[in-house]
Amino acid sequence: MTQRIEARFEQCRQEGRAALVTYVMAGDPDPETSLQILKSLPKAGADIVEFGLPFTDPMADGPAIQAAGLRALKVGQDTVKTLDLIRRFRAEDQDTPVILMGYFNPIFVYGVDRFLADARAAGVDGLIVVDLPPEEDDELCLPALEAGLAFIRLATPTTDDRRLPAVLQNTAGFVYYVSITGITGAATPDFGKVATAVERIKRHTPLPVVVGFGVKSGAHAAAVAQGADGVVVGSALIDALKGTLDSEGRATAGSIDAVTKLVKELSDGVRSVAKRAAA
Amino acid sequence: MSAQAQPNSFRTGPDERGHFGQFGGRFVAETLMPNILELEKAYEEARNDPAFHADMASYSTHYIGRPSPLYFAERMTEHLREVSAASGRSGGAKIYFKREELNHTGAHKVNNVLGQILLARRMGKKRIIAETGAGQHGVATATLCARFGLDCVVYMGAVDVERQKPNVFRMNMLGAKVVPVQSGTRTLKDAMNEALRDWVTNVSDTFYCIGTVAGPHPYPAMVRDFQCVIGNETREQMMEAEGRLPDSLVACIGGGSNAIGLFHPFLDDKDIEIYGVEAAGHGLDKLHAASLSGGRPGVLHGNRTYLLMDHDGQIQDAHSISAGLDYPGIGPEHAWLHEMGRVKYISATDEEALEAFQLCSRLEGILPALEPSHALAKVAELAPQKPKDHLMVVNISGRGDKDLFQIAEHLGNQIV
Repeated sequence: MTQRIEARFEQCRQEGRAALVTYVMAGDPDPETSLQILKSLPKAGADIVEFGLPFTDPMADGPAIQAAGLRALKVGQDTVKTLDLIRRFRAEDQDTPVILMGYFNPIFVYGVDRFLADARAAGVDGLIVVDLPPEEDDELCLPALEAGLAFIRLATPTTDDRRLPAVLQNTAGFVYYVSITGITGAATPDFGKVATAVERIKRHTPLPVVVGFGVKSGAHAAAVAQGADGVVVGSALIDALKGTLDSEGRATAGSIDAVTKLVKELSDGVRSVAKRAAA
Repeated sequence: MSAQAQPNSFRTGPDERGHFGQFGGRFVAETLMPNILELEKAYEEARNDPAFHADMASYSTHYIGRPSPLYFAERMTEHLREVSAASGRSGGAKIYFKREELNHTGAHKVNNVLGQILLARRMGKKRIIAETGAGQHGVATATLCARFGLDCVVYMGAVDVERQKPNVFRMNMLGAKVVPVQSGTRTLKDAMNEALRDWVTNVSDTFYCIGTVAGPHPYPAMVRDFQCVIGNETREQMMEAEGRLPDSLVACIGGGSNAIGLFHPFLDDKDIEIYGVEAAGHGLDKLHAASLSGGRPGVLHGNRTYLLMDHDGQIQDAHSISAGLDYPGIGPEHAWLHEMGRVKYISATDEEALEAFQLCSRLEGILPALEPSHALAKVAELAPQKPKDHLMVVNISGRGDKDLFQIAEHLGNQIV
């Protein structure tokens, strides 16, 4: 369902601004709160939502996202339940693109074909699977494209011009530029270098380029939005949620608001940067 | 499982994409891929460079102390012949120990670390990271980093830091920084996660020295190649001692590097029985670390292999009394050899390993590590069933000094 992603980027272009992409973990801290958060994201200004598939061993993620995944697993979240939350979200929202982001093992164990059929039926538009480089495209990327789901690839500072074409070859929807060499929620990137990298990637592809890792505030979002087609924020939202949980890790009255407040700030940051409408 | 066609050779893997059948591969974040491709190229060049092999051979002899002896365990043999006679048989294999515990740093781990550190030097890398379970790989890495003046950071689960204190102290003395890992189950798999995170963060100047035959291609093949010295020596030494090759091989398996090192040079000798012994912990129906006996194929730490996991693909806690075997996965080549039926994978419990440890200590005057004690436990079972002219080699992959505190605790003693 790459159309929903394309339509959303087109809409942002028309409005002369970058897109805000928000990441939260499915089932964190419990399925119902997680669904309410998911539903609140577009209303608070998110253009695209990424929903994390919990995994015990997220090697490329930092402590915030690992802890969120473990909280979700502790209350019994699994792939079936995650797809169910998306189905319930989709019943109310037909327009916001939903991207599932996670690691390959739960998908492999679920069964690739069954997963793709169920994800599509639930209303998923794209996948980001961190531990599947182009060298393993046969595993999920090619079947996903065939099933009509975008397989969104990460490009990183270590992806040089020689390697970029391989990374971009089967990618769809958008390109996710990882602003640092490191894990999620770590260092704040050098925004100047990020802008240069985005320009470099754009020379290789007509796809929108969004930037994530290390974006924590409205000001950061605005800085990234100068050059990129979109900004991804994850760990900061998870930290905002975590700050409201009680000593047992359960949601409290302020949990959802804490997330939407930050989304609003990030959205304002993105929208403060006017871009020329696409030529 | 035997339905798959048997290949002409079991020694040609992996293919150019790093696959052993359906296992292996390169399942890592994009940030690491350029580094992994660079490593693959550098290893390929080193492998074909006689100067690299000459360097390896020289340090193996003069620094590690190779070749390690192949020792006829006469009293163990006699004891198990008595066991055989007591059960009404007249068998009892002739048992040989491959003495990897006599290597510098006390285990087979140093064979692989020497290779990787010499490779890191060729690649101009100044900072080495490693993960460790029991601490033997960490000690070996810290040792060679000290020898070559390289920065060394070792990730170790906080639980393992606690149960392997002597090795932590050793690493500190060698100038390495030991980082206790508090995430997840705080054991070996989490140490590997943290090492991968470090590598993602410091990818330009850092070499990741993986301690077993797992991880993204080319690690499983590269580590195996460095460990094959064990099996190659065993072939020569057995020819010298007995004028023929052994009839069976036995080794313990965590990730499986000591085992593949012994097995690989013999894989195409089809009459040789090969046994890999996994850690059955409290029992295969309880908490254990036997990925082949109790797991199924999945993807973790850069490769597809057998893993302990739940219905949703979430990785489950492994348990073994031996920190070195306490890993929910196994090297991909073992997963393939298991499915091809070439190697028989069996398991020994914590209890059986402790018993075997005591048996070996008293009969042979050799304190084996808890890891090879698992292999010895199965030798005690298998040997009495074999005829007297059967030659059995068990790999004593490490020495037990590091485990003494833990063994004392289990036996109800306290070392002050």
